[in-house]
Amino acid sequence: MDTSKLRYTETHEWVSLNGNLARVGITDHAQREISDVVFVELPKPGALLKQKQSAMIVESVKAAFDIYAPVSGKIVKINEELGKRPELVNQSPCEEGWLFEMECSDLKEANGLLTEEQYQKFKTQPTH
Amino acid sequence: MLRPEEELSKLIFEKRSANTASWLPSPGKEAEEVLKKIPKDLLREKEPEIPSLSELDVVRHFTNLSRKNFCVDTHFYPLGSCTMKYNPKSLDAFASFPGFADVHPYADEEDVQGALQLLHEMEIFLSEITGMDAFTLQPAAGAHGEFCGLLMAAAYHHSKGEKRTKVLIPDSAHGTNPASAALCGYEVVQIKTNPRGHVDPADLKSKTDASVACFMMTNPNTLGLFEEDILEISRLVHEKGGLLYYDGANMNALLGVCRPGDMGFDIVHLNLHKTFAVPHGSGGPGSGPVGVKKRLAPFLPVPRIRKEGDRYRWEHSAPSSIGKLRSFYGNFGAVVRSYAYIRALGKEGLRAVSENAILNANYLKKRLEDIFDEPFDGFCMHEFVLSAARYKKQGVKALDIAKRLLDFGVYAPTIYFPLIVEEALMVEPTETESKETLDRFVEILRAISREIQENPEKVQGAPYTTPVGRIDEVRAARQPNLRYHSK
Repeated sequence: MDTSKLRYTETHEWVSLNGNLARVGITDHAQREISDVVFVELPKPGALLKQKQSAMIVESVKAAFDIYAPVSGKIVKINEELGKRPELVNQSPCEEGWLFEMECSDLKEANGLLTEEQYQKFKTQPTH
Repeated sequence: MLRPEEELSKLIFEKRSANTASWLPSPGKEAEEVLKKIPKDLLREKEPEIPSLSELDVVRHFTNLSRKNFCVDTHFYPLGSCTMKYNPKSLDAFASFPGFADVHPYADEEDVQGALQLLHEMEIFLSEITGMDAFTLQPAAGAHGEFCGLLMAAAYHHSKGEKRTKVLIPDSAHGTNPASAALCGYEVVQIKTNPRGHVDPADLKSKTDASVACFMMTNPNTLGLFEEDILEISRLVHEKGGLLYYDGANMNALLGVCRPGDMGFDIVHLNLHKTFAVPHGSGGPGSGPVGVKKRLAPFLPVPRIRKEGDRYRWEHSAPSSIGKLRSFYGNFGAVVRSYAYIRALGKEGLRAVSENAILNANYLKKRLEDIFDEPFDGFCMHEFVLSAARYKKQGVKALDIAKRLLDFGVYAPTIYFPLIVEEALMVEPTETESKETLDRFVEILRAISREIQENPEKVQGAPYTTPVGRIDEVRAARQPNLRYHSK
């Protein structure tokens, strides 16, 4: 998949923007780090979230991880397939393993997200 | 015929003899009379699957199971954040004294004055050790203590007519902290760790306002580092009317050295099964006493023990109390062991526990610095976190190193925790290990490090010597099968 159009957060979510619709998932780097995903707790459609607020939980064999809303807005769609097949987050993090879609209430927030190049640079920095 | 190891790994239910009735007593006439009185539709259709084995077969079954166990009594057990210290056997002997082991929780107060005295004195000891004003011994273990502490925090704010909705928790915290806060209905807000491995005061400041009920932290934190800014943190939180909660998981570093109460903590929980020599793991029973400062004491759970003259009695009524959290008064046997431990060691002995725990950890940390990355410089307290990230090049993960250690007869450190360190290995040697054991651990890790360079597949395939090798954690989590039943 061409990931060059995606935008990213420092908490390792990717965002694919289409107008004010934002599809969200976790990056390939993130799925590798958290290892095998065994359960996802998806957000409720209709939920209103502020940017950086915890939106949902991804649980792997290592631990449970919060996934944060990359922008403010309303959850409009969730990837229900993940209920049965959480492994899609590992197998196809940027396509079939997407998590949810939001109606972005402030496009300025989206423009402030990291670009592909910035994210690639960010993720190779040591954690500490 | 089954191979010996297959025979040995059978469940007791699979060892049921063909002749079911052979070892079980027959129900007899009286049972038949009773059966007649039970309506037919309430009777079971099939006989229960009770294993029918001789005493000798049962003894062999459980003895062989116990021989497969990896425990502090058999192996070095450096499981970080768990304080798997050796628990002196004498403590078990004290807890078995009939005056302790045979008392009944419904016994009349007058008949159990000695047991009540022990509980009362234990509350005073723990108050003195932690710098708090009052204690309850009721909570059954650490997370139960957190739940108790947060209910008291909520009751305290409520009594002041305040509705506070948030609990602050560092990103290095134990998972039980956010879980307890969520269970009490709080919104959890994460506080960042700064590059030195400490709570970031700037981040804390920006997130502390009048909606914060409590800041939960451990000190030393889960990276094994002492929070040097604790007095400043305490000021920040209290200035906005919040409370400071101390998770006692790492208390083994502070005994007789310094006290959470003096640092500004308002609520403290201890884990007797970590710090105070109660056996620990695989179901306990643990014990999670909770201590508070004076202004929170009215909210402690009931019953409380009161001393009047030289007599002890239970007090059940306390109008502001959060109520009862557990049957009776906690795990009494655990408290007896810890009481004996504290009395045996005394003030100087307790301080020596923490000093040696810190010394052992720093010795290991220093000796391992060339084969692992250390995310934070400087001295540690009673435990430390290493990163195995450098071995990713060879395709070896912290998990593989942990598994390989088992082949060398060492239990694995905690891995992948805290979450903020990549490929984390968290080592807590405790005070009870000798220098010889620590040196052997270092030699083993050096041997594994060499193996990773020369033969990484060997490490990736470990363990080879345990009764069970790698279990399929992914399948177990995705398709849990939690119930045994025979075909």
